[in-house]
Amino acid sequence: MSNGIWIEACEVDDIEVEDVIRFDHEDRTFAIYRTEKGDFFASDGYCTHEKFHLSNGLVMGNLIECPKHNGRFDIPTGQAKRAPVCVDLKTYPVKIEDDKVFIQI
Amino acid sequence: MKDYGMVIVGAGEAGARAAVELRTQGWTGAITMIGNEGRHPYERPPLSKHQLVDAAEPVPITILDSNRLIEQNIGFHTNDVAVRINRQVHTVELASGIQLPYERLLLATGANPRKLSVQGNAAKEMLYLRTFADAIRIRERIQPGQRVAVIGGGFIGLEVAASAVKKSCEVTLVEVAPRILMRGVPEEIAKLVEQRHREAGVRFKIGVMIESVDKEVGGEYVISLADGSAVRCDAIVTGIGAIPATALAVVSELEIENGVKVNEMLATSDPDIYAAGDCCSFPHPLYGGKRIRLEAWRNAQDQGTHVAGNMLGAAVPYSALPWFWSDQYDQTLQVAGLSEPTDTTVMRNLGDAGKLFFHVAGDGRLVSVSAMGPTGAFAKEFRLAELLIEKQARPELEALANPGRKLKELLRA
Ligand SMILES: Cc1cc2nc3c(=O)[nH]c(=O)nc-3n(C[C@H](O)[C@H](O)[C@H](O)COP(=O)(O)OP(=O)(O)OC[C@H]3O[C@@H](n4cnc5c(N)ncnc54)[C@H](O)[C@@H]3O)c2cc1C
Ligand code: FES
Repeated sequence: MSNGIWIEACEVDDIEVEDVIRFDHEDRTFAIYRTEKGDFFASDGYCTHEKFHLSNGLVMGNLIECPKHNGRFDIPTGQAKRAPVCVDLKTYPVKIEDDKVFIQI
Repeated sequence: MKDYGMVIVGAGEAGARAAVELRTQGWTGAITMIGNEGRHPYERPPLSKHQLVDAAEPVPITILDSNRLIEQNIGFHTNDVAVRINRQVHTVELASGIQLPYERLLLATGANPRKLSVQGNAAKEMLYLRTFADAIRIRERIQPGQRVAVIGGGFIGLEVAASAVKKSCEVTLVEVAPRILMRGVPEEIAKLVEQRHREAGVRFKIGVMIESVDKEVGGEYVISLADGSAVRCDAIVTGIGAIPATALAVVSELEIENGVKVNEMLATSDPDIYAAGDCCSFPHPLYGGKRIRLEAWRNAQDQGTHVAGNMLGAAVPYSALPWFWSDQYDQTLQVAGLSEPTDTTVMRNLGDAGKLFFHVAGDGRLVSVSAMGPTGAFAKEFRLAELLIEKQARPELEALANPGRKLKELLRA
């Protein structure tokens, strides 16, 4: 559903290394990740199991673990990695410009 | 292995996960699951939570639907009961008369509500909650303005109480023990939970025995208590614990000890028969091999997934950290690991995000963590605490108590 629009989500420093924050845009919510290696990624903000904010979850390596029931997703691909989640997470392209994080939605 | 196939008794959380995992791990022979509820495997946790409250008529949250069963080529007897295992000839006998041959068998039969034995003409009219059908019955009875009595201050009782409050019922909770949440939850958390329920208007009768449960002319129930008082209400929901479903294991002469007894590989006393989930007790390697039985959703999932590998010959011990959560009102409560009353408890106050309690054993090892707070708010800290327990870390108590000290750093230490 990406329609090519780049929007500014946050500053690079808003996210700690190996962490995730929530970013709301219009009526949608996203999760923006910064991995231990320093890479940035973005996905839908809600877990695909129940509607729950992934930004409360823990980032471990390339995995995000949902805080509600510990379902896991691969951050770069959105792939569901552990029950109870079985539906993949939608991911979005990310670019960094002038220390700002942009996502393409 | 012969191509007799894998047979799974019980189509709940553990059974369903095992069925899928057997395929994932490459088993191409037959897989047959036997369920006795006449529906596809579904999630039980919502039964005491939003499914009692939602305005729309609830539908079960299915774990394995027919499409997935077909795609995975898993056979499913939806409404039958396994009544006997003929261990010599490797067959399971179903109530319908079918004899199913098995190569390896999994018992994932879950647990049944413990029934309260009490005097009075209405003892049989108390409601219990385990299945979707039970939830529908209870849902019909907790209508706005009704007076609901909950017997039992365990998780299910408390969640039903919170749901009934949300439906604008008048709720009284009766607990015979000296406090609510006696099993598996530290007193500090139990106090916070009780306080939250009191704020919501729940009345408590704690530490008092129940003498009788009667129905009067006109339909009102009267619960008579040992202190001379009585609770008058329109419906009674009882949640006083669960008993592992061992009937099949007992008639088949498998060893029983607080449930179907399994070893660390989740194998029963018959090496071709395994058990997983609420029905079994197992020794936990992180706690010196202490034998425990859990009634917890993640354990049922994890054991279901894990046992599949061992049924296929892996022989890997099961060692996942026990974990439980409960939602009540806007609060979540979580417990991970096992604690003893002799452990030292340290609190980490996260302010608006809730409170974490660390339980440290005499030898300095962090053995358990419990927490309560707004849903999701303490999740990261809690998860890191779990990793510390798994690592068998011995963090300094001051560091645990100080929210300024990052748990991630303690983990790296
Ligand atoms: C109302 C409720 C709320 C809960 N909330 C939470 C929560 O918030 N957090 C949490 O961690 N856990 C929760 N749990 C616990 C969790 O749901 C259970 O631990 C989990 O369902 C156990 O899975 P299981 O596969 O072992 O058993 P079950 O899910 O009970 O499945 C066993 C199945 O086997 C069937 N069966 C039994 N004997 C036979 C036989 N002989 N032949 C055929 N079929 C048979 C049973 O009818 C049942 O369908 C809750 C449970 C309930 C009931
Ligand atoms: S809501 Fe994410 S795992 Fe359940």
